[in-house]
Amino acid sequence: MNMKFDLPSKMNRRTWLQRIQKLTILTLGAWFSPAFVFAKTEDADEAIQKITSGAKIQDGKVTLIIPPLVENGNLVVLKVSVDSPMTANDYVKTIHVIAEGNPLPNVFTVYLTPRSGAASITTRVRLADSQRVWAIALMSNGSFWQGSAETFVTLSACTEMV
Amino acid sequence: MAMRRLIKRALPFHKNVLSKKIYLQLAVLSCSLLLAVSNAIAAPDGISNKKQSSYELMSAENKAMQDDLTLNPAMFWVSEGESLWQTKSGTKNIACSGCHSSIKKSMRGVATQYPKMMKGKLQTLEGQINQCRIGAQGAQALAYESKELLSLTALIALQSKGMPITVNENPQNKEEFKKGRQWFNERMGQLNLSCAQCHEDRAGLKLGGSQIPQGHPNAYPIYRLEWQTLGSLQRRLRNCMSGVRAQQFEYGSPEMAQLELFLMWRARGMPLEAPGVRP
Amino acid sequence: MSKTSRTSITMPSTAKKGAIIEIRAIAQHDMESGFRYTESGKSIPRDIIRTFTCMYNDVEVFKADFYSGIGANPLIIFTTIATESGTLQFKWLGDDGYEAVNQARITVS
Repeated sequence: MNMKFDLPSKMNRRTWLQRIQKLTILTLGAWFSPAFVFAKTEDADEAIQKITSGAKIQDGKVTLIIPPLVENGNLVVLKVSVDSPMTANDYVKTIHVIAEGNPLPNVFTVYLTPRSGAASITTRVRLADSQRVWAIALMSNGSFWQGSAETFVTLSACTEMV
Repeated sequence: MAMRRLIKRALPFHKNVLSKKIYLQLAVLSCSLLLAVSNAIAAPDGISNKKQSSYELMSAENKAMQDDLTLNPAMFWVSEGESLWQTKSGTKNIACSGCHSSIKKSMRGVATQYPKMMKGKLQTLEGQINQCRIGAQGAQALAYESKELLSLTALIALQSKGMPITVNENPQNKEEFKKGRQWFNERMGQLNLSCAQCHEDRAGLKLGGSQIPQGHPNAYPIYRLEWQTLGSLQRRLRNCMSGVRAQQFEYGSPEMAQLELFLMWRARGMPLEAPGVRP
Repeated sequence: MSKTSRTSITMPSTAKKGAIIEIRAIAQHDMESGFRYTESGKSIPRDIIRTFTCMYNDVEVFKADFYSGIGANPLIIFTTIATESGTLQFKWLGDDGYEAVNQARITVS
């Protein structure tokens, strides 16, 4: 890849387009690198480590629904559901919700039993900023499963002086 | 000279500088034309043609929070209002129910009529509640944004939920109405903006990522997510005024009542959504 | 120091045996996060509801731990199986001695 940045006084159209193309691919590649997208923040990671004691967390079974664009982060409807038969032998024991961008990552924890019938919880949470929110479920067989959702949080345009 | 070099480098595949110049000028002209046209289309004709509640701008979740009374946090204030309605108060030791008996019957359609002229004075709903307290109960006025005043306002406004706002200009309120219209159209504050400039001329356009609403008072009192509590129209108006760095009107002042009167007239015909939820 | 506030429960009053019922529980509480400051820069201490439990005829069927990230006037919607007729009791416990209770009867056929 010839990446000289001195512009010749006469560049033909083809060369110009090729250079722009290389630059674009480089930029897009850096932007979409998986490590950048799915890395958890340190605090959130620590909170999750405390929950799982370092056990392996599998992706799947857990669906976390929050609006992709939030007008005010003070009260955001959040729904978490886990795919489980909820029988005496196979049920969801706990669900933890962790917000990467909040000053305290832990948002809530619910404890379920086979009497719950379904593993589906709705509540209203505070989101301090645009961020990714995680839901970690502990099953009755000791396995951990996770799901996440990402959202943009906007603020009102005019500030208030009470 | 430098300009020519810049143009040459920016558009290397044009044959000469003149054609590059024309290309750039055309680009700038078409962009500004596009902007002007889109602005013209976005600016509404005059909102009396098409009133829109800011309910329409909310997310589905927030709309559900308002519509479903089992999810609406404002209902706690309504419950408080229900017990206050029955509570004996003041030197005359009488409750609201003492004169008005059933809240549902006596207060139906009331909130849609305020502000209105009562005994020669322009009263807002909160102002009238306090007038009743002082006059009929011999009690003290309730402070604006206090739990008690908000609870009674929410309770009374709920009785008119879904009913159209019926505030009109009439010979009795003509002078006050004129002042209210003046407040709405007059520039104020360090940012030197009038209510009309944002909520009339630019309603529908964006400010800081949010769409500018027409600014109708058809859902008050509201549970505002920003406040994390229930609040009155006057609190919201003070919020707007601090937003343009203006001296805020005092709670319960004549200016507030006049502006409220104009705003309710401007929203006439719209159904009352109280108690509302807003972001 | 014990303090309390209004709460509201929404759930069906009758259900078929074995049916999954939805319960909505909401408490009036500011849920002061502990991350806010006064205008003069002083930190406002945390004051939130910490736990919520649901007992179904004296058997705990649901529990939730709340943290500062739960919004004001906390709502929780959960499910339980209608096993028998009886009383569901709900309790909210929080900082500063906060305690609130509510109950609802259910007839299961």
